[in-house]
Amino acid sequence: MSDRVENRLFQNRYVVDVGRPHITVKPHVNPSDALVAMTRVCPAGCYSRNDQGQVEIVADGCMECGTCRVVCAQTGEIEWSYPRGGFGVLFKFG
Amino acid sequence: MTRNHFDAIVVGAGPSGNAAAYMLAQRGLNVLQIERGEYAGSKNVQGAILYADALEKIIPDFRDEAPLERHIVEQRVWMMDDAGHTGMHHRSDDYNEDKPNRYTILRAQFDKWFSRCVKEAGATVIYETTVTSLMRDASGWVVGVHTDRNGEGITADVVILAEGVNGLVGRASGLREELKPENVALAVKEMHFLPQEVIDARFNLKGDEGVVIEAMGTITEGMVGTAFLYTNRESISVGIGCMVSDFTDVGQATPHGLLDRFKAHPSIRPLLEGSEIKEYAAHLIPEGGYKAIPELVGNGWLVVGDAGHFVNAVHREGSNLAMTTGRLAAETVADIILSGGSCSRHNLAAYVDAVKESFVMKDMKKYKDIHGFLKKGRHVVDLYPRLMNRAAQTWFRVDGVDKRSKESTIMREAWRARGIGGLMGDAFKLMRAWR
Repeated sequence: MSDRVENRLFQNRYVVDVGRPHITVKPHVNPSDALVAMTRVCPAGCYSRNDQGQVEIVADGCMECGTCRVVCAQTGEIEWSYPRGGFGVLFKFG
Repeated sequence: MTRNHFDAIVVGAGPSGNAAAYMLAQRGLNVLQIERGEYAGSKNVQGAILYADALEKIIPDFRDEAPLERHIVEQRVWMMDDAGHTGMHHRSDDYNEDKPNRYTILRAQFDKWFSRCVKEAGATVIYETTVTSLMRDASGWVVGVHTDRNGEGITADVVILAEGVNGLVGRASGLREELKPENVALAVKEMHFLPQEVIDARFNLKGDEGVVIEAMGTITEGMVGTAFLYTNRESISVGIGCMVSDFTDVGQATPHGLLDRFKAHPSIRPLLEGSEIKEYAAHLIPEGGYKAIPELVGNGWLVVGDAGHFVNAVHREGSNLAMTTGRLAAETVADIILSGGSCSRHNLAAYVDAVKESFVMKDMKKYKDIHGFLKKGRHVVDLYPRLMNRAAQTWFRVDGVDKRSKESTIMREAWRARGIGGLMGDAFKLMRAWR
């Protein structure tokens, strides 16, 4: 399924702020259910689990919807800010 | 202080921010608007339907200039099961009028145009700049903003927060609580391009006529949500959205998987056939309703649009509520500043009164219990569309069964699915919530 998200995101325009991701997952041993849910619910497929079961994020394809921010607000496992001005997704049609 | 001081700062250049900035500039105020995108609209996502009335009250002759796609002459509401749909269609030639009531638009283009109007009205607009926090004085009064470009900050008599659904500035500053997953919907959307004449033929349209389809039923796989399909001039916007808490706790689907299955539905697939997809977008919609509306004003600040949770989910209205709250906020602020008053919580409360007097709060209040009804009665979005489609098939198939037997089959299936108490209870609760 994640392959197909990537194909979709390929249609979009992004200005990636290299080296300054606007979302980060805090170091953890066992992710909460909320964080694990993001591996399925993130509409850009940014979240995945590594071999040790921890959740990782690559935010390059992020559409800045804020779903993960809302879902993980209670657990505090992610840090979320908007990209710096001018960076991030650029919708042509919106 | 003097050089960098404005009468008002507007955070965000979506419909609410643009409405506010435009109206303030029109009244002769010194306005600064700050947008984080490269251009207005570059971060914004909507279906999108433009409701003319709200914009007309801001820019009466907008039809001469604004980038509009099609005016809507037909509305289809579809209750879907896996094999088809049962629906209500409303179409009228009356909608082919001099000043049509609803249009499809592409938000990135529309917002860019609106932003140009704001600049022409005299506001200072800066892009590619993210507001990071509010500036407060010792008493806590909001006196300006900090951005990611200007360390010292910029001051103003009032800050209008038109920052959209996530509302990071207001939340970081403790003006309102964090959004709850059960109060926001996640919607995903694709732009499907087709030649204009193909869209005209498929939807029985001519000229700038357009059709909108709103759909619900088994397509959301047990989650509370709806899907849509809107005709633009040379493209079709197709999307689906469900409550975030349903995505995490109820459904098993990915958002894009849900959209793929909606697109593959036998009622939808032929409408999109041969199209070229040029964009995929996702956005949150504040759908907690009346009870989720936060504090709207304080000393030196007020909040408008999605950040104020102004969405009428039942009628799929949001941008018109955004423009209206933006306009009402600007009128309040202009009245205060031009009469030499201060933008205190007490004086800004006139904005809250104006919102309450308008259709915005009246409609929000009318549907205040719908959100709770759907949260507890999730089955209605799945069960009733299925029952309706079963009933329609039973009724329309001519198969040698007499009509009275068909009627009892339909009644029996509804009874078996929900029980008489369940059916009556749903009807009663819906009526009470709708009232």
